[in-house]
Amino acid sequence: MKIYGHEITSRLLLGTAQYPSPAVLGAAIRESGSEIITVSLRRETADGTGAGFWDQLRDLGCRILPNTAGCHSVQEAVTTAHMARDLFDTPWIKLEVIGHCDTLQPDVFALVEAARTLADDGFQVFPYTTDDLVVGEKLLEAGCEVLMPWGAPIGSGQGLRNPDGLRAMRAHFPDVPLIVDAGIGRPSDATQAMELGMDAVLLNTAVAKAGDPTGMAKAMALAVEAGRAGFAADPMERRDMAVPSTPVLGLAALS
Amino acid sequence: MNITVNAKAHEVSARTVEDALRELGFTSPSVATALNGKFVARNRRGDTDLREGDQLEVLAPMQGG
Repeated sequence: MKIYGHEITSRLLLGTAQYPSPAVLGAAIRESGSEIITVSLRRETADGTGAGFWDQLRDLGCRILPNTAGCHSVQEAVTTAHMARDLFDTPWIKLEVIGHCDTLQPDVFALVEAARTLADDGFQVFPYTTDDLVVGEKLLEAGCEVLMPWGAPIGSGQGLRNPDGLRAMRAHFPDVPLIVDAGIGRPSDATQAMELGMDAVLLNTAVAKAGDPTGMAKAMALAVEAGRAGFAADPMERRDMAVPSTPVLGLAALS
Repeated sequence: MNITVNAKAHEVSARTVEDALRELGFTSPSVATALNGKFVARNRRGDTDLREGDQLEVLAPMQGG
């Protein structure tokens, strides 16, 4: 899979928040095989809390995808993106412009505006969006080369609430990398997303809040791999009625 | 001069963003800055003047999803 010209092997992207400890975070990332991890920017303390975290991330050797989580306006998101580029020395930005406090659903109008501003300024934007096709088209026109539709509200673990919408995105944007971002709760959700033809899955809470985050990281990696392999193998069509798999011809008359 | 840094009031003698970071103990290079809501690049901190009442944000890498 290529994203903004970079060849990516692992189709599982992992967030770094809410883990029980830095050690568990590191173990989970290693076990997941993820090459891309998401991070945020928050207020630093004079004792350098953020610097310690940054040192740990660098040791993991993953590509950093900073986010604009918590931003509710174009200005906030654009300013945060610039700060992220200055700090992480990467043009990548996971663009979140939140439109609703309860659902954390994106404000897609502000999202498109912010994406255009950032793309024009040399950023490579990963937009957290809905499964709306028109919004997807606008984001591509704005300069995005990847789309990240939600599966369900952030942190809800509900799984894919609208598989048909994701299927439509796959059909409508056959050559655009699609990464399901948010809502994955269980490995089967990740598999389902990949079976629908998504190129990758980005998740955080499902691993961080599992009883065994490291074990769940491994399970998610396997689930993503299985789903992708299933999609590539072209699954059979669903049938409304039963069809015997064992040949009827040659059945003995025993009654 | 009175300024606000990460939502806390401070009285500083610094006249630039760079000096304020040093004066307030933000010694790590792993920070990004914004003054009154506008991004201040690392290489512009030394010539970005502070004024009374300014609001400085100093951000660092943190866990995120």
